Amino acid sequence: MEPSGGVIHDIGYQRYQGPRLGRGYAARSLYAHSLRTAFGLGRSAKSKIFPWLVVALVFMVATVAVAVRGESGRAVLGYLAFTDAVSMPTLLFLAVVAPELVSRDLRSRVLPLYFSRPLRRSDYALTKLGAMTTAAWLLLAGPQLLMFIGGLFSRSDGISGIVDEFHDFWQGVSYAAITAVVFSALAILLASLSGRRAVAAAVIAGVYLVTAPVAVVLATLGGTIGKVSPVINPITLVEGLERWLYGRNTGVDIGGYGTVYLAVAVLLVIAYVVLLLARYRKVAA
Amino acid sequence: MALIETRSLTKRYPRVTALDAFTVDIEPGIIGLVGANGAGKSTLIKTLLGLSAPTSGTIRVLGLDPARDAEAVRARVGYMPEHDSLPPDLVAAEFVTHMARMSGLPRTAARERASEALRHVGLYEERYRQIGGYSTGMKQRVKLAQALVHDPDLLLLDEPTNGLDPAGRDGMLALVHRIGTEFGISVMVCSHLLGEVERICDSLVAIDGGKLLRADRISAMTVRRDVLAIEVDEGTAQLEAGLVRAGLPVTREGRMLLVPLESDQTYDVILGTVAELDLPLHRLDQRRHRVAELFSAQPTPGEVANRAS
Repeated sequence: MEPSGGVIHDIGYQRYQGPRLGRGYAARSLYAHSLRTAFGLGRSAKSKIFPWLVVALVFMVATVAVAVRGESGRAVLGYLAFTDAVSMPTLLFLAVVAPELVSRDLRSRVLPLYFSRPLRRSDYALTKLGAMTTAAWLLLAGPQLLMFIGGLFSRSDGISGIVDEFHDFWQGVSYAAITAVVFSALAILLASLSGRRAVAAAVIAGVYLVTAPVAVVLATLGGTIGKVSPVINPITLVEGLERWLYGRNTGVDIGGYGTVYLAVAVLLVIAYVVLLLARYRKVAA
Repeated sequence: MALIETRSLTKRYPRVTALDAFTVDIEPGIIGLVGANGAGKSTLIKTLLGLSAPTSGTIRVLGLDPARDAEAVRARVGYMPEHDSLPPDLVAAEFVTHMARMSGLPRTAARERASEALRHVGLYEERYRQIGGYSTGMKQRVKLAQALVHDPDLLLLDEPTNGLDPAGRDGMLALVHRIGTEFGISVMVCSHLLGEVERICDSLVAIDGGKLLRADRISAMTVRRDVLAIEVDEGTAQLEAGLVRAGLPVTREGRMLLVPLESDQTYDVILGTVAELDLPLHRLDQRRHRVAELFSAQPTPGEVANRAS
């Protein structure tokens, strides 16, 4: 036992003999760190405000949905509809968080410290994308879990009811995953182009806000153009895909072009990822 | 085993040749890599880290080929870049821990070694403060701590004294010297200030225009003394004559007089002469050699003395 208030011994420098885990471990650590960053954890109180405001908002929507269902016995807002209902707050969340994950590292020029370690440039880019996608999915799927638990209590039709409820819940969270992937890939790509978080946020929000009216105008033309044009806006693209995959009337008229929506969504995500990797191959280290 | 071995290492970019048939064998120890800005120092570092593949030639670091085993090399090398590279909103301890994990250290080891690394660079008390609130000197130390945290076998320090005041420079150099000697880690210090690195290094590698100028142990290189610059508000000619009478080899450069610093007595002689002539002394400071001077056709102090007399 050291005497209390004991002597501080300078034990000098000690070499590290323990394990050195490789790239995979580094990437997993970066993923966990980035996911925490997305919600402002481990950062200043200021950077927690916005993410948690959005989290509070989406949970409030879910709570109201649960309460209304409990009162009326009818699900006014289903799982699929939930994602569409909160697509605007989700978009704002991405516009703020994606720059937080990637623009900040560009701005503080911390990338050379990453790239001089076992992690590869592509590992960094894909890990950041993975963390952003997970954060967006949690934002959409978390409240649905609350709705699911609330839904179970409001049902009285036994096992078959639970199975029905789970089927709907499963559709909801899988659609949330599709939305998270499509939105995040674009948001991370756009954010990686600028070291200024405000600029990156404006560009991300801008892409959605500018393409939305264009899609609306083109949709009024009707015919093939009208039925395919919603693909140019990410929100209407996933809503069209939702209609085709799950058959929910989202107000987007896709006609017989469901496969076009699927093809566009898949190709866009691939293109975003390819461009993101190209961006990080070039970025100064 | 040599620490670093290059054979006809060449790196060509579309418009410039950054490294030109660069061949050198570097032994473990503290190595000064000196060269003017744009001489090829940064390119050499990037090649050592496997971040940039050589156009031709071979390179081995710690016995490994960074072009093929980049990850293995980077796991055992620590790198401190020249420019600012720290996130201002993170707490130093947390940032260095994160960087330790990026180097493959398990969570607990990462946290312990981050504390240790920050203690070794002299930031133990301040380690729970946000980096954004640190002074330039403290930021340099955090950069050094993150390079040291995973206990590398080789540290690459790019201009570690950049932006520091004289006391900060001396502190940083002493720290680098300690890492190289007590910690037993080989260190390569890049600098454009020869006077700085020659004090702490065992060997010097001089590079210019991507070519190797000279690589040798410090002891094998001609020891060059520092030069004192003296400026008086008036009576420069008087002082020059006075110093020559006192037996000092003086050379005149504009309004300044330059005297090679032989020993501490040189200061006494100069101050005595200035006091004797009752001249208003404006400045008296030590000038450091720049690499360009050493390796260009700059006259040695002896030659200066001959010309002055």
